[in-house]
Amino acid sequence: MNNIALNNVARFIGLLFLQVFILNHVNIFGYINPMVYIAWVFLYPVRKTRSVFLILSFLLGISIDFFSDSGGVNAFAITFIAYFRLPILMAVLRKSDLDYGQFNLKTLSANKIILFIAILTFIHHFIVFSVEYFSFSELLNIVSRTVFTGIFTILISFLGITLFTKKK
Amino acid sequence: MRQIIYFIKKFRYFLLFIVLETLAFIVIVQDRSYHQSKFVNSANAITGGFYNKANSVSAFFHLKKDNQLLSEENARLKNLLEARENKFVLDSFTVKDTSEYFQKYDYSTAKIINNNFTKRNNFLTINKGAKHGLAPDLGVINSKGIIGVIKNVSSNYANVLSILNTDSKINVRLKNSNHFGTLIWDGKDYNITQIIDIPRQAVVKAGDTIITGGKSAIFPEGIAVGVVKDFKYEQNKYQIINIVLFNDMSAIGEVQIVKNLYKDEQITLEQSVVNE
Repeated sequence: MNNIALNNVARFIGLLFLQVFILNHVNIFGYINPMVYIAWVFLYPVRKTRSVFLILSFLLGISIDFFSDSGGVNAFAITFIAYFRLPILMAVLRKSDLDYGQFNLKTLSANKIILFIAILTFIHHFIVFSVEYFSFSELLNIVSRTVFTGIFTILISFLGITLFTKKK
Repeated sequence: MRQIIYFIKKFRYFLLFIVLETLAFIVIVQDRSYHQSKFVNSANAITGGFYNKANSVSAFFHLKKDNQLLSEENARLKNLLEARENKFVLDSFTVKDTSEYFQKYDYSTAKIINNNFTKRNNFLTINKGAKHGLAPDLGVINSKGIIGVIKNVSSNYANVLSILNTDSKINVRLKNSNHFGTLIWDGKDYNITQIIDIPRQAVVKAGDTIITGGKSAIFPEGIAVGVVKDFKYEQNKYQIINIVLFNDMSAIGEVQIVKNLYKDEQITLEQSVVNE
């Protein structure tokens, strides 16, 4: 138990610093900055009680906002996907109930992991860019940014998850 | 009563979710209202401190370029000084008129420790704050042109609203005529900004230099901004004028803060006229 808590703390700080000091400045093709910090939502253990998870997700989002001067956009978007993580996971697995505690993302097939990550990523990115542009006339920009940034976020988080997490 | 407790218990995650989202929403709304200073910004001691540390490493790699910029600026200033001395020599007498030495603007230096330019609304963080005499609504420039306006200050750091931001509206004019316009940014390319509200009788050509107009109380007149790239003249007016910035907004380091010493006077006067 203690080990898991420690793991989560390390992941929180690691993802925060990875995002604000490296990924916010990579500028792929001049403007794409993948938002890999949402891997927090993919990796946090699935449990029946979710309050701690929701609050921590919010805190991670607001910390990112503090660093990148983006208001409360990231906090809003990450809390949103944190809340809808469980229903989406159920939908992806086509199950109505989960074996909490036993569940591990790594035990799923690659297709399902990517599908799960992709849905959450696109929802998150769409919220972030919608609030950032805040105009219907910019819809094309919002969608294109969501898609291009999303592709890189999915790629990096999937690689990160398969390479750097232990299989049980 | 029991039913209320049951209700709260049943929907506790949803309620928590709503509370957190409302909190985030309040922050977003507060952030988007221009006249209110933001609470969530990177000018606080923690984020500023981290950025300062990170910058002390990365600044090392820009030393060469920074030095070059400094020596270019030195050369330009020396040329100005030279021209001025010549004038006095030709006049061949000295006038010590203290009213000529009227200081309107005060410049101080700072360093950018966090730079954004790829988002729709970009902010910069600099390593000087209220302790060094900075306050909101001071202009930020460098040797090549304008950069932005200070929005929030903490004791050691300040947050700058970049010209690459929806909220940034800066008064500019054509160098060769006195037609004013407003500098905005459409969010596409960080090297290209737009000017709107240029009157239709103004003659604009590609390659014209754009400088800051003296209408605002923030920037001195005549600071370089960029050159006209292209423009669209439709329905008898300038729809949009694209300009290429002199500054490469992706690589800025040392900046100067401009403080207008007579700003309060100007604003009080302007407001008294409006109120009448």
